[in-house]
Amino acid sequence: MSTKAHADHDHHDHKPTGIKRWLFSTNHKDIGTMYLVFSLIMFFIGGSMAMIIRAELFQPGLQFVDPQFYNSMVTVHALVMIFGAIMPAGVGLANWMIPIMIGAPDMALPRMNNMSFWIMPFAFALLLGTFFMEGGAPAGGWTMYPPLVLQTGKAFPFLIFAVHFLGISSIMGAINIIATVFNMRAPGMTLMRLPLFVWTWVITAFLLIASMPVLAGAVTMLLTDKYFGTSFFNAAGGGDPVLFQHIFWFFGHPEVYILILPAFGIISQIIPTFARKPLFGYASMVYATASIAILSFFVWAHHMFTVGLPINGELFFMYATMLIAVPTGVKVFNWVATMWKGAMTFETPMLFALAFVILFTIGGFSGLMLGITPVDFQYHDTYFVVAHFHYVLLTGAVFALMASAYYWLPKWTGHMYDEKLAKIHFWLSAIFANVLFFPQHFLGLAGMPRRIPDYSVQFADFNMVSSLGGFAYGISQLLFVYIVIKCVLGGKKATGQVWEGARGLEWTLSSPPPYHSFTKSPKVTKALMDY
Amino acid sequence: MHLNKRMSKFLSNFILVLSALFLLSPDILHAAWGLNMTQGVTPISQDVYNMHMTSLYVVTVIGLLVFGMMFWSIFHHRKSKGVKPAKFSHSTTVEVIWTLVPLLIIISLAVPATKLLARMDNTSESSITIKVTGYQWKWKYDYINEDLTIYSNLATDSVEASQRNSGINPSSADNYLRNTDTALVLPVGKKIRIMTTANDVIHAWWVPDLGWKRDAIPGFINDNWTIINKEGVYRGQCAEICGKGHGYMPIVVKAVPEKEYLAWVEDTKAALKSKKDSGDKELTMDELKSKGEAVYKANCLACHQANGQGIKGVFPGLDGSPLATLKDRIPEHIHQVIYGKNNMPAFGEQLSDTDIAAVVTYERNNWGNKTGDIVQSKDVSAGRKK
Ligand code: HEM
Ligand SMILES: [Cu+2]
Ligand SMILES: [Cu+2]
Repeated sequence: MSTKAHADHDHHDHKPTGIKRWLFSTNHKDIGTMYLVFSLIMFFIGGSMAMIIRAELFQPGLQFVDPQFYNSMVTVHALVMIFGAIMPAGVGLANWMIPIMIGAPDMALPRMNNMSFWIMPFAFALLLGTFFMEGGAPAGGWTMYPPLVLQTGKAFPFLIFAVHFLGISSIMGAINIIATVFNMRAPGMTLMRLPLFVWTWVITAFLLIASMPVLAGAVTMLLTDKYFGTSFFNAAGGGDPVLFQHIFWFFGHPEVYILILPAFGIISQIIPTFARKPLFGYASMVYATASIAILSFFVWAHHMFTVGLPINGELFFMYATMLIAVPTGVKVFNWVATMWKGAMTFETPMLFALAFVILFTIGGFSGLMLGITPVDFQYHDTYFVVAHFHYVLLTGAVFALMASAYYWLPKWTGHMYDEKLAKIHFWLSAIFANVLFFPQHFLGLAGMPRRIPDYSVQFADFNMVSSLGGFAYGISQLLFVYIVIKCVLGGKKATGQVWEGARGLEWTLSSPPPYHSFTKSPKVTKALMDY
Repeated sequence: MHLNKRMSKFLSNFILVLSALFLLSPDILHAAWGLNMTQGVTPISQDVYNMHMTSLYVVTVIGLLVFGMMFWSIFHHRKSKGVKPAKFSHSTTVEVIWTLVPLLIIISLAVPATKLLARMDNTSESSITIKVTGYQWKWKYDYINEDLTIYSNLATDSVEASQRNSGINPSSADNYLRNTDTALVLPVGKKIRIMTTANDVIHAWWVPDLGWKRDAIPGFINDNWTIINKEGVYRGQCAEICGKGHGYMPIVVKAVPEKEYLAWVEDTKAALKSKKDSGDKELTMDELKSKGEAVYKANCLACHQANGQGIKGVFPGLDGSPLATLKDRIPEHIHQVIYGKNNMPAFGEQLSDTDIAAVVTYERNNWGNKTGDIVQSKDVSAGRKK
């Protein structure tokens, strides 16, 4: 397959056709496309589960599903969205954009690239298949805390192996990205000239390599506890159930930055483009990202304040958590300073980026509040936390991904998307995401715990508002699919430059770019990257 | 563009209104909509509330400043107004300022938080000790100084209304899902030590009005304390996912004057004792069945379901099961209720002989099970001795 591609090297727009093009692909753009399509499908699968959750919570009483199935929905929704929607979308963007942003012909390790993608459908087949097994799908929460998770039925080993496969896939993707960025940059593309999206992905890749093996270790210990008589997490056998939480969150907190750092990168590309002004504080953006990444390994126990840590431990993790707000703040200030005295226009990518800055920051605010240990004793495991992580993940990470899709769709397809429809999609998303999640702050403060299928009538009003917002948000996303399909099939021809204020190598290529992106290394000068 | 402008304005107003909501007097917030954290009824809960409000004010002010700058920029620095973009791309001075100022703000939050945490940590000098044990899905309370143990289940009217498509309006149940059959009774004004642990999986014991929650972890004991200043009934529920009944294990704390508390302890002890003693009495089928139904709803229904079908692959059904229908397996049936089996907990400790006799009789004579078997408390006490 690839030898054939080699023979055809000269006329580089030749590509294999049909199913083979996708199955055996070693082309960064095709693999990137597959990742992105896969992630969109997963977004809708996870989204349907969210709709079931919100339907059940629409009013007090149990109407649609049993508590066990409800718990499965909560658990699998989270796993699908984190590992199936957001992470693959990030990898898909990295595949598509990194080679053409740094002036390379393709990714450094194309065959591994193919494998890291094709592992994922199998991993999710394992995970989603558990719905048809005796005992149902995993229902102990995505955090998989023992002893509860050990009560999972036949689904248990499938859950563990799905996590293993997803971890392997991510690590391969991360190695590939690091190898590409460190070895395949065009001459003149120095590290401190790298587009911020590339920088954030390099840092994310290191986080992946450092944290995924820890998760793999934790779930393997669960597996041996269940089937091979070990007692890592079993107090009766001399183990410690809290140990799992320490290991899990040592992975888990860096994981949330794995989800958000590429989003930071995207926003740092988009705002300068539409403000027609260079990114404010490029170097401090790089350093802030790196400090966030390093700090993210020292804050894990803020997820475990209520397990009963010694007070000195709680103080340490409180201080470290609050400290993370500083570099996070720097990023937000830099984005606002980039807009300041720019000449802004408000195409859809910019609208999503602006909404990201505001709504992600609101999520950061609640994060800061959650980091204050004595008050977290009240907030923990309530809807206040649910609101927090949906502000950072949905109106944060997902909004950034939407922004990136609109930003780069013309480059990928060669057509402009329908701007009018896209703006409608934006406003529906922005309004209803807030109707969906803002009231959840109130619910949490008023005392509603998370992960419950039914609730006391005092929580009824805000749950109904939230559910209505949820349905409206969910339906609005179908519009996105329509816009994407319409754009792939046709539309106004896009120029190579696409956006007036865009800077960087990707805009020097045609839209869509040639099959092997840069066959000759471009020369990168300061002027090319600058305003 | 026109629409766009109006919508951005709407968005900014929306955010302003929401922030204003928060800045309103806490009392209004509290009374009207259940929007905010409770101030609670302990010295700690009051401090926690104050810390919460302080951090909320801080982030609201920062938010208004940052978003204000941003919206100013959005309205004035737009291409449609013919502005030429500036060229600047960094300023060491402002970058240092906006690193240091947040750092100072954070330190100013961390200092009171540290003091508060230290105060919460001090469990010494308590006069009463309660050990709370989480079970799937109920709470056990041991009054350590009194040699008194009570179990607390979801109240029966909530159990009934919470069945899927029960047709019962949740509002008709007394404090739906937040009411129990037995409350944890505590005296006001005393320092009470509350230890949390669990029997099976991790739970978390949470009554918002006390100002904290704490995990209940099998094999470990966590130490906490409280002083309740005001008489009243305070409600909460389990806050750590613990399986399918997680939403159905509420907590009710009843705070009463010390005299009343002491009287309650004596009465409860006496009641438990007489329940044990009256165990030898023979009951009729109808008496056993109606008592058994109540016991079943409180203890068995969560797994084996109202219709006795259980949940396929997880909890076996009782309707038509050999254990609950074959005559020669009656002792085994009793044994399993007393001592549990695999994932089924042991009920021998929390249910009296009469309760167990009643629920076994009920299970053998309900749904399609029409065995006519009657189990009396003496059969259960015989089963215990084995
Ligand atoms: C200023 C930055 C942030 C701070 C200080 C912060 C702090 C916290 C704290 C203390 C918790 C634990 C709350 C509890 O369970 O009681 C938490 C939960 C969480 N945070 Fe953040 N956070 C920040 C940003 C983020 C970001 C950027 C993301 C993801 C993109 C994120 C995702 C999450 C998630 C998913 C959870 C809940 C996990 C779970 O229990 O299932 N946070 N955060
Ligand atoms: Cu975290
Ligand atoms: Cu629970």
